[in-house]
Amino acid sequence: MRGRLRFLQTRSGAVGLGLVAFVVLVALVGRYFAPHAPAASIGSPLGGPSSDALLGTDFLGRDVFSRLLYGGRSVIALAAGATALAYLVGLTVGLVAGYSRSVVDPLLMRTADVMLAFPPLLFLLVLITGAGTSVAVLVIGVAAIQAPGISRIVRTATLEVSVRGYVEAAVARGERGVSVVVREVVPNILAPVLVDSGLRFTYSILIIASVNFLGLGLQPPSPDWALMISENRQYISLNAAAALAPAAMIALLTIGINLTGDAIARSLGRSYVPRTTRSVAT
Amino acid sequence: MTSVAEPRGATREVPPVVAFLGRRLVGAVLALFVVSVLIFAGTAILPGDAASVVLGRGATPEAVKQLDRELGLNRPLLEQYTSWLGGFVHGDFGDSSVGLAQGAKHAPIWALIADPVKNSLILALVTALFMIPLSLGLGALSAVFAGRPIDHLISIGSLAAIALPEFVIGSLLIGVFFVWLGVLPPVAIIPPGDDPLSHLTKLVLPVATLLLASLAASIRMLRAGMIEVLQTDYVQTARLNGVAERWVLWRYAMRNALAPSIQVLAQNLQWLIGGIIITENVFAYPGIGTTLVTAVGNRDVTLVQSVAMLIAIVYVLLNLIADLLVLLLVPRLREPA
Repeated sequence: MRGRLRFLQTRSGAVGLGLVAFVVLVALVGRYFAPHAPAASIGSPLGGPSSDALLGTDFLGRDVFSRLLYGGRSVIALAAGATALAYLVGLTVGLVAGYSRSVVDPLLMRTADVMLAFPPLLFLLVLITGAGTSVAVLVIGVAAIQAPGISRIVRTATLEVSVRGYVEAAVARGERGVSVVVREVVPNILAPVLVDSGLRFTYSILIIASVNFLGLGLQPPSPDWALMISENRQYISLNAAAALAPAAMIALLTIGINLTGDAIARSLGRSYVPRTTRSVAT
Repeated sequence: MTSVAEPRGATREVPPVVAFLGRRLVGAVLALFVVSVLIFAGTAILPGDAASVVLGRGATPEAVKQLDRELGLNRPLLEQYTSWLGGFVHGDFGDSSVGLAQGAKHAPIWALIADPVKNSLILALVTALFMIPLSLGLGALSAVFAGRPIDHLISIGSLAAIALPEFVIGSLLIGVFFVWLGVLPPVAIIPPGDDPLSHLTKLVLPVATLLLASLAASIRMLRAGMIEVLQTDYVQTARLNGVAERWVLWRYAMRNALAPSIQVLAQNLQWLIGGIIITENVFAYPGIGTTLVTAVGNRDVTLVQSVAMLIAIVYVLLNLIADLLVLLLVPRLREPA
């Protein structure tokens, strides 16, 4: 256990994890400490900070601080849902491709390659044009963006594991294919497959927040950090906190995750982290 | 020159470079074909509904039918797809569905996107102009001073910037340079027909946003490559022979560290395309990104299809160019394996 948590001994690892913990805590339980309802108009629009509204009011006179406390859960929940769905699909596709050793494998993998060649943000925008803005479209779309990459990793790991002695022994015992995959293959590929799940989660957060910012994801009046930025940015000279406070929350979260990921990679002896969260738009 | 000295037999074979490029070209065309199917299928998920979506809820069935006919939505899907792709290949992007719905006889997409395409290209070029020397310079700087304060400063800065989405970087920059310092405008609205380059102060923040979000990856990559090269025997030998340190860096180390960085630079330029979509919307810059997002919001199906296809083509082209550059820089890849 001590070896696993070694990254915490580096300053960046400790700071990173602290930031993540802080933002997630605010996002999950912050709403229970909010002084006002997120949709309630409590004063004149774009008022400055006061004792009643710590960060002032937004363009509709709602309390920015309360909306900030409410606005983190949506993006974290959506990102978690999308990432989980992506792993479900990616795991299934990768296992089938890696274990089947038939035409199914190249067929699935070529499909994955084409999907990987498609700019993710563009993919989401096209999907939204066809299917409209809804939570389901957002989750399924982001999962569809992530699944091909995951299925590639799962396939490689499956190919590696399926020639090991314990798998061949299970096959020789006469176990059915499904049972071999579930009982012998899956437990042994889980660790390498889940290594970059943190990065994928961050990536989901970033792309969902970006779509929300563009006004094509969650719709007003939902309190959502990205939506708050886009709603209030044109009034930034009147109450800067209304747009900048949610921007700071997203910044703290993603910087924290990156610092943690970097520290973990260093503690594992890797000097270079291949894929970081920056590829939001690619 | 090649045909004179080459031994017999070698001339008959296709040179590996050409074979490689040919394979990549065929692959690119195939990928674009599949992408076109995906774009069409994605926008047509609600079959036959586009007209009623565009016209809104209050539309009479007759009006919907009329628009369906004008847009060709009453035809079978396959026929719609082939006529769209056929037109696109010949440079005829068709009419904007929202434009037709608003009663215009013709609303050619090309006229709608010509100016935005030009504006976006200018934004991308200006950014690339700064991105390439900055990433090379800062990457080399942190490699040469590896482990010293300046290296730490660059790597902490890039680690933070790499994590932030463009709309957050843009908003924070607006907060600093407009709200706090009051030196730069918060929006980059260029009047129609104007050259963005004649509004340079408006370009500063969008370009800075794109740079901050894209520089980090190539800086880190070049730093790693440079550190590796600086420890090689030939660099040590050059140093021991008394070659000036600056010459060692630029002539020996940089060239060899560059090849792997080109892939990263190409990825960065690809990223730039997506980054531009968001950044343009942050600053209301009249480019292809704002056009696309407005079209998605209006459910302007035909406009989205054409713009998405154009962006996908640029994306695939950048990949091809990167492969070609790597091939030119690293001679050993030109030999058959």
